[in-house]
Amino acid sequence: MKDTKQPIVEIRNLSKSYHRGAEIIPVLENISFDIPEGEFLALMGPSGSGKSTLLNLIAGIDKADSGTIQVSGLDITSLTETDLTRWRAVNVGFIFQFYNLIPVLTAFENVELPLLLTWLSRKERWEHVEAALHMVNLADRMDHYPGQLSGGQQQRVAIARAIVTDPTILVADEPTGDLDRTSAEDILGLMAILNREFGKTIIMVTHDPHAAEKAHIIRRLEKGILNVHA
Amino acid sequence: MYMLKLIFRNAFRHKLRTCLTILGITIAILAFGILRTLVNAWYSGVEASSSARLITRNAISLVFSLPLSYKEKIRGIPGVKNVSYAIWFNGTYISEKNFIPNFAIDPKTFLELYPEYTLPEDQKVAFFRDRMAAVAGRKVAERFSWKIGDTIPLKGTNFPGTWNFILRGIYHGAEKSTDETQLFFHWDYLNESLKKTTPNRADQVGIYIIGITNPNLAPEVSEAVDKTFKNSLAETMTETEKAFQLSFVSMTEAIVTVIQLVSFMVIIIIIAVVANTMVMTARERIGEYAIMKTLGFGGWHLAILIFGESLFITMVGCTLGILLTFPSAKIFGAKIGAYFPVFHVSTNTIFLDIGAAILVSLIAAIFPTWHAVKIRVAEGLRRIG
Repeated sequence: MKDTKQPIVEIRNLSKSYHRGAEIIPVLENISFDIPEGEFLALMGPSGSGKSTLLNLIAGIDKADSGTIQVSGLDITSLTETDLTRWRAVNVGFIFQFYNLIPVLTAFENVELPLLLTWLSRKERWEHVEAALHMVNLADRMDHYPGQLSGGQQQRVAIARAIVTDPTILVADEPTGDLDRTSAEDILGLMAILNREFGKTIIMVTHDPHAAEKAHIIRRLEKGILNVHA
Repeated sequence: MYMLKLIFRNAFRHKLRTCLTILGITIAILAFGILRTLVNAWYSGVEASSSARLITRNAISLVFSLPLSYKEKIRGIPGVKNVSYAIWFNGTYISEKNFIPNFAIDPKTFLELYPEYTLPEDQKVAFFRDRMAAVAGRKVAERFSWKIGDTIPLKGTNFPGTWNFILRGIYHGAEKSTDETQLFFHWDYLNESLKKTTPNRADQVGIYIIGITNPNLAPEVSEAVDKTFKNSLAETMTETEKAFQLSFVSMTEAIVTVIQLVSFMVIIIIIAVVANTMVMTARERIGEYAIMKTLGFGGWHLAILIFGESLFITMVGCTLGILLTFPSAKIFGAKIGAYFPVFHVSTNTIFLDIGAAILVSLIAAIFPTWHAVKIRVAEGLRRIG
């Protein structure tokens, strides 16, 4: 069934390198693969293998040296920085290892942040934020500041922030890397629900084989080269 | 609203650092305000001068006097409305530290020409009637607790001896810029004494004050006066009262320039202090800015946050500085009132304070904003954790 799904992300001949002075360090070399719509994909590999770089390229927060990335038919490698910023706001939700919440904003305000870029009224924003916080079981903590929440709770606020704009793709960079086992299980369970019940396409970078087991597809990167393990 | 809330909360994230920065701005604005007020005080005589008055003095120097006989000749020149005269007495009250500007004047004509020195009618009549009478400004009377009827002894410097005057009036300034620190007495009283002791110094005046019918005639009347006394024993130099006052200021122009330079240095120093705070702030939050960019916020949003925070901190300090300037200027003015008769904080100084604060906030935020806007999202995210 999965093979018949339309690809939401199509990556072709993607290469990326970094410059350290005069030295050029290749990170990704000629990568091509598709991510079907509604899939939960795990990108694995050792440190420095280029998995976070690949995730950043797919999410439109970094620029490739060559190759193309089409998301829902749009070649995001051809977009300007401004257009890419607008595209990200609508299409991509981000979950980071260190949650990256704004410490001076409450859980509610952190989740509301991406909605400020929309035309929603204050009341509509309130409804969206409340729904997102309900979904992550944190409706009773909406007035708490990040410093007053545990790591797992902070990550759930980050997930609420990622889904509040209803993006088609969720990208997660080591979302359980800073959590204990129980909190990690909660977060992975939540991501599985978002994928299974709300049809979100999830692309997750992880070191953790246990976390990767939750994904339907695992792609492994070794020194910038992709191996496929279904 | 949301951005304002974020700016406000960001500003007090590091309370100690923000409070110290605000303290620095407060002190800088206070210093800037006092220094600007000092410069204004320097020019207060110029500001208070009238365009309808000319001053005629000896062409060689102010030190040399002019004959009293010039008065009638000057009065006859077309465009001249009235003429008065005065001489710098330079008397000391009790000790030299009690400096009072004091002049021998021709009371009736002088007060006609200076309507800004307002005297109650009864005091004016008493002043005119008594040759030993003197009038003092409100500030100098308050300073020495003088009352009407008091005897004021002045020790002469230019005119040796002890001179006793009876205080018959206390004048008030009609304008804020009017000097209320002077003492005036009858030129006749001085002249009569000189006729007896040093006759060669009698019937001489220091300056003539000329009231003209139309301020636009000032150049023609000045030229006519000086032409009248050309090739005489005491040639004259006539100029507007403003030019006359400016000539005094120009003698101390180097000091005024230094004060102005120091006031601008204060602003430059505070730019460095606020810029340092904003650079530290932006560097600490570069990861957050990357997150905001990731979420779809553009460079303008980051610029509003950084400029807004800089403006907020600076304006809090500026407001406190301005509020402190008024009582400080009052204390400062009381201490140096003898040298700066008019020492009040002008509206212009307040606008300069606000302008300087806005300038400081904008300059301090330029580099951090540029850095935050330019940094690539992936690079910013790498700095977290």
